[in-house]
Amino acid sequence: MRSEAGGRRPENTLTIYEKSREGRRAFVSPELDVPEIPISDLLPSDLLRSEPPELPEISEPEIVRHYNGLSKKNFDLDTGFYPLGSCTMKHNPKLNERVAALPGFSRLHPLQEPQYAQGALELMWRLQRQLSEVAGLPHVSLQPSAGSHGELAGLLLTRAYHEDNGEQRTKVLTPDTAHGTNPATVTMSGYEVVKVGTAEDGGVDLDDLRDKAGDDTACLMLTNPNTLGLFDRNIEEIARIVHDAGATLYYDGANLNAVLGISRPGDMGFDIVHFNLHKTFTQPHGGGGPGAGPIAVSDRIEPYLPRPQVVRREGANGHSEPFFDLDFERPKSIGRLRGFQGNFGVFVRSYAYICSVGGDGLKDVSETAVLNANYLRARLAEPGIAEYLPIAFDRLCMHEFVLSGRGARDKLGIRTLDIAKRLLDHKVHPPTVYFPLLVDEALMIEPTETETKERLDGFADAIREILEEAKEDPEIAKNAPYTTPVRRLDEAAAARHPVVRQARPEAGGRRAEGGAPSATPSPSI
Amino acid sequence: MSRYTSATDADRREMLDAIGVGSVEELFRDIPEPVRQREPIAMPDGMAEQDVYDHLRALASRNRDAEQEVTFAGGGMYDHYVPALIDSILQRSEFLTPYTPYQPEISQGGLQVMFEFQTAISELTGLPVANASMYEGPSSVASAGYMARLDNGRSKFVVSRGVHPNSRETLATYAHAFGSEVVEVPLDGRGATHLGALAAAVDDDTSAVILQQPNFLGTVEDLGPLAEAAKRTGAVLVCAVDPLTLGILRPPGEFGVDVAVGEGQSLGNRLDFGGPSFGFYAATEKFLRRMPGRIAGETVDVDGKRGFVLTLQTREQHIRREKATHNICTAQALNALAGVIYLSWLGKRGVVELGELMLRRTAYAREALGAELVNPGPVVREFAIRLPNLDEVCERARAEGINPGHRLRYYYPEYEDCLLVAITERRTRKDIDRLAEIVQGAREEVHA
Repeated sequence: MRSEAGGRRPENTLTIYEKSREGRRAFVSPELDVPEIPISDLLPSDLLRSEPPELPEISEPEIVRHYNGLSKKNFDLDTGFYPLGSCTMKHNPKLNERVAALPGFSRLHPLQEPQYAQGALELMWRLQRQLSEVAGLPHVSLQPSAGSHGELAGLLLTRAYHEDNGEQRTKVLTPDTAHGTNPATVTMSGYEVVKVGTAEDGGVDLDDLRDKAGDDTACLMLTNPNTLGLFDRNIEEIARIVHDAGATLYYDGANLNAVLGISRPGDMGFDIVHFNLHKTFTQPHGGGGPGAGPIAVSDRIEPYLPRPQVVRREGANGHSEPFFDLDFERPKSIGRLRGFQGNFGVFVRSYAYICSVGGDGLKDVSETAVLNANYLRARLAEPGIAEYLPIAFDRLCMHEFVLSGRGARDKLGIRTLDIAKRLLDHKVHPPTVYFPLLVDEALMIEPTETETKERLDGFADAIREILEEAKEDPEIAKNAPYTTPVRRLDEAAAARHPVVRQARPEAGGRRAEGGAPSATPSPSI
Repeated sequence: MSRYTSATDADRREMLDAIGVGSVEELFRDIPEPVRQREPIAMPDGMAEQDVYDHLRALASRNRDAEQEVTFAGGGMYDHYVPALIDSILQRSEFLTPYTPYQPEISQGGLQVMFEFQTAISELTGLPVANASMYEGPSSVASAGYMARLDNGRSKFVVSRGVHPNSRETLATYAHAFGSEVVEVPLDGRGATHLGALAAAVDDDTSAVILQQPNFLGTVEDLGPLAEAAKRTGAVLVCAVDPLTLGILRPPGEFGVDVAVGEGQSLGNRLDFGGPSFGFYAATEKFLRRMPGRIAGETVDVDGKRGFVLTLQTREQHIRREKATHNICTAQALNALAGVIYLSWLGKRGVVELGELMLRRTAYAREALGAELVNPGPVVREFAIRLPNLDEVCERARAEGINPGHRLRYYYPEYEDCLLVAITERRTRKDIDRLAEIVQGAREEVHA
């Protein structure tokens, strides 16, 4: 028990380290059934740890309560509407968790030899075929761990392709509407970013693209529909310009949810596509992962795919049954991007999802996602809302759309951030804010196909209410939220004086109580 | 099949009216005809939930998992026991289904978990700062290389052959992109990094030196002299560490390691045929503003109440775009949660006890198997042995429901007839004795 009331924090803000008490425990070690050789006989003293790490000492019931308590401070998709643009927060089917937990998958060792992992390899092969069909491109690697990892793979493939043709190209084009991962990946891949502008209609500025595409261009990275939620009507011309320049065309699949069964990236002329299995294919986001970012590619890119590849060998081993295998013999491969075979547990969930909805259901997914987005767009274009939150590009949208908060700022004195924070009091997750960058005070709204009309109406009503309220008193929104576990947080202080770990206990076993952020604590090293 | 959607025909009519179009098809009028998909998706129609379950169960049954066999397989992922409370907490929708905590007011649970995770990783590694997770082990190693390159602009990585082959290959993949060279340092006759060769390979152009503790063969490297040789010219010293050995092994931070990265699967994560698990990334304070990935920091709200936020985001892609220190966005938050729950469950004492148990059972196994040791020096839970009749031993073991371990020959042709054996806390003396019997039996036949 703590002795000093002065330094005491309310129980519900304590970290698990602050709940630690010497001598408590949850773990009971399995019995020592081999000789109890002194540790000092097994490890030289200079390689032995002198003090145990300061992990918590806490009982199982208190661990459970601690994390259950923390969970209640999170808003989540299973609780309410989450129209976070570009993130595709759609329902995560419960069946997927059940099948991913089957021991045949969840307790399968990654180095299990292929003959003892036929079911897992077949599942991967089948998922590759499904993704290939959706993308309209013949070859798939499941290896990348997330969208940004898929992007890295795409640019490494691009580099390998050009190098194999004896070319050293140095520049990658990205539209100014691109996700931040695109330019970040370009730099990491050793290329230089060249930005391409956006035309009046929200698509790529073709003149600008023609000016900038040349024989030093390695690739154009494009999202279509783009981050404004608009399908680029000039996609064929874009592909022509890029291919005429000898560059590859890369498809950022973050928005693939809009075009399943409607239009395939391969048919649009893309050479390389990444999928976000945690967006379009229902892997739960987990508060920031895990995800998976498989890629699909055209024939000319195939030789460079990461290794190993999952392959189906017909009648191998003298059997008539097909044999599923890992193919490491890929001399032109870019190599590995990570360990083992990728985020297999994610593959299981996405495969189950695709089997559940089927080819017909996938098309329904996109049609309904686009219907929901356009309906919500129409609701938010009604008088009383549109003058404060005009749409950035007034066209039919695909699965998402972007509003500008400039009206609310100029007429009501509240910013997009204030609207977002006030939405928290309405038990709704706010849209993506301040992205894409070319829209002033942007609000990027993606309802997804799994929401009902009533939920969309509820969101439109909440927005209207916030704007009405701001006409009376803008301070309400500016000081929101009021009903959340904490209110607006001092992010500037957090960055100025970073406290990124729990302070270590002071001598005597008591933990330091520093209230406001102070200097970064240093461990005893 | 309409699944997980709920628009009725009546809804659709009302919604289309509000939009001002006559049909759903019209919504797609921006898509040029030539790039339209004309044929239906070439895939079977949707299936009933129970049929999907049965199909997946049939696929799962065609794998031999660690429930069905006694496995000595390791090589980067291990059959450790995952306590039940992890399954229970990870299935809470409040952890399973939110996005990255961009709205901290309604994400305090996830953000505090990150803060607690960072603390645990910092404690284990003996380094002051850690991020909130990376994808997994090998790509964390490559990412540490990238950070070193950004930091000092030098163009060479010196990497021990004891580093996981997947990590070395991933590093080479990444390094090719940003124009760095990878130089490998061989292992010595005892399966440890060759100190003389390392010292000779490090020069003024060495950006980072990369080691692994314990190394791929299980050898506990003598980090002191290696670190001294590695840092002689000011290179960044990166060490991939197995976090579950750090209850007993002296932490990398105490050897002057600048960046400790690694694979987190052994901390409360399933095998999952290789993923998802998590990677971790800890460093000296100097690198706090250069590190990749999310970092949670403590702060206060407008009422002075304690809270947590994503901090130092000016390193990250969504703020800095082409000037970001890395491109990572989605990482492995849920798996990192499993990691921090596991470490809390083990606790300060348990992490030592578990390490000691593995150490003693592994010592027993080395003795009991009675085979020639590839790496006779200190090990914690994994070691390599040479078996002249390796394939026969493996075949016999398989016939008895035992996975004897990983044959080293694919990644290490120099260890053609060698087996890598891992002893987690799940492998009892009885399991070890069964494997020993097979190894001994096969040997007697060779001698006969």
